[in-house]
Amino acid sequence: MDEVLLRAVVPTVIGVLVRRGAPFAAAEDAVQDALVEAVRTWSAHPPRDPQGWLVTVAWRRYLDAVRAEDSRRRREERVEAEPAPAPAGHRDDTLQLYFLCAHPSLTPASAVALTLRAVGGLSTRQIARAYLVPEATMAQRISRAKRTVAGVRFDQPGDVRTVLRVLYLVFNEGYSGDVDLAAEAIRLARQLAARVDDPEAAGLLALMLLHHARRAARTRPDRVLVPLAEQDRGRWDTAQIAEGVGILQAALARDRLGEYQAQAAIAALHADARTVEETDWVQVVEWYDELVRLTDSPVARLNRAVALGEADGPRAGLAALAQLDPALPRHAAVAAHLHERDGDLATAARLYAEAARAASTVPERDHLTRQAARLHAALRA
Amino acid sequence: MAKYLLLKHYRGAPAPVNDVPMDRWTPDEIDAHMRYMRDFAARLEASGEYVDGQALAPEGTFVRYDGEGRPPVTDGPFPETKDLIAGWMVIDVDSYDRAVELAGELSAAPGAGGAPIHEWLELRPVLAEQRTATE
Repeated sequence: MDEVLLRAVVPTVIGVLVRRGAPFAAAEDAVQDALVEAVRTWSAHPPRDPQGWLVTVAWRRYLDAVRAEDSRRRREERVEAEPAPAPAGHRDDTLQLYFLCAHPSLTPASAVALTLRAVGGLSTRQIARAYLVPEATMAQRISRAKRTVAGVRFDQPGDVRTVLRVLYLVFNEGYSGDVDLAAEAIRLARQLAARVDDPEAAGLLALMLLHHARRAARTRPDRVLVPLAEQDRGRWDTAQIAEGVGILQAALARDRLGEYQAQAAIAALHADARTVEETDWVQVVEWYDELVRLTDSPVARLNRAVALGEADGPRAGLAALAQLDPALPRHAAVAAHLHERDGDLATAARLYAEAARAASTVPERDHLTRQAARLHAALRA
Repeated sequence: MAKYLLLKHYRGAPAPVNDVPMDRWTPDEIDAHMRYMRDFAARLEASGEYVDGQALAPEGTFVRYDGEGRPPVTDGPFPETKDLIAGWMVIDVDSYDRAVELAGELSAAPGAGGAPIHEWLELRPVLAEQRTATE
């Protein structure tokens, strides 16, 4: 059984322990212990029923922990406070775990960390490495998050929107180390979309797949960013695009539009164009109009200005941009792009350099610096 | 989440409110200051926001390449250098506002007379290294 399949049953196993009376935090710890044990022993002795094995071992670990805690607390008057093992049943508590781990009382960072551990089944060390923080810091973040949700009733319905936001945050973190957070986010979104009747869950999954499909083309081996317009579209993952488009179409057919479906629709229009010239910019603009209507997000307005620049010419894009707050992230980069398309290379070069100074990641900064350098060289020639 | 670097200066930052050099404090005041710094780091560890922290010696050396086959040239320290970093702390927090809040707390470390130093700390965003999943 590979690691991903093993991790997929983690929320179910935690659910069984919680139904038997274990508090969530202790149940989650016990399941992590059982996972370590599984990795250690399964290659030599694979169990016939992996989930049953994990339940048995995790429950035993939980009881050991309870006993240890008991004997610490009252060494003399020791009570055999063993919670009665109730039958596991066939209930799937995975969805409840998504809700709990994205509970509104948690900060985004805590919700992300707890989701990756209790729903994703990742170890604290893996999560710490993915977020480039010390393991001790991540361990504290997770145990604080557990304390925060300790009083939350496990069987209460939650808000799918908060879960979607957490998964989107995980996806956007990208990939830097040995844990591919984008791939993990897709796995978790897929698992969620199979369990909730919400077109936005499908929309988010489609959005992730459509972006992920371009991943190989998005960066050169030396990590240099390749903008959408310059990507080798032959390197896009057509199977993933087809899957994303299929999921999106089914979601849109249900006529309950939301921001993730709208963003996925935009990604699908890009995926649909064999060359950048074939992009249906008019439709892209229409979807950005929907997105602005749905979210009233300044970032959506900024991206709409880019699309408008393609559909109606750079002047139209610049006019739309003039309505927006120059302090918006990526405002200068968008302005630079539109000014270059409008033929004003000097202004574009100055804005690219300004955008590079405001960039929040190293690849983005380097990309924008290179754009400024390219225009400065063109101006000299 | 975003990482921020908190920079503490020996020299180069605006003058603090409680501007008495450390060697003029009482030993107890120095102990109280050190304890505050340790507690601050421990609190950040407990809140899951601590990444790293180090203090730097005030005296350093400038080094540069001097051509193929030649040893690097060293120079300095330059007493006139404007900016002198005393140490840093890296934090991983949910927002810029939280980073400002924490820097404010750190700047409240006690100095002479047990009163907060109101030291100016420099807050710099760390550029993320990872490749993003969208464009």
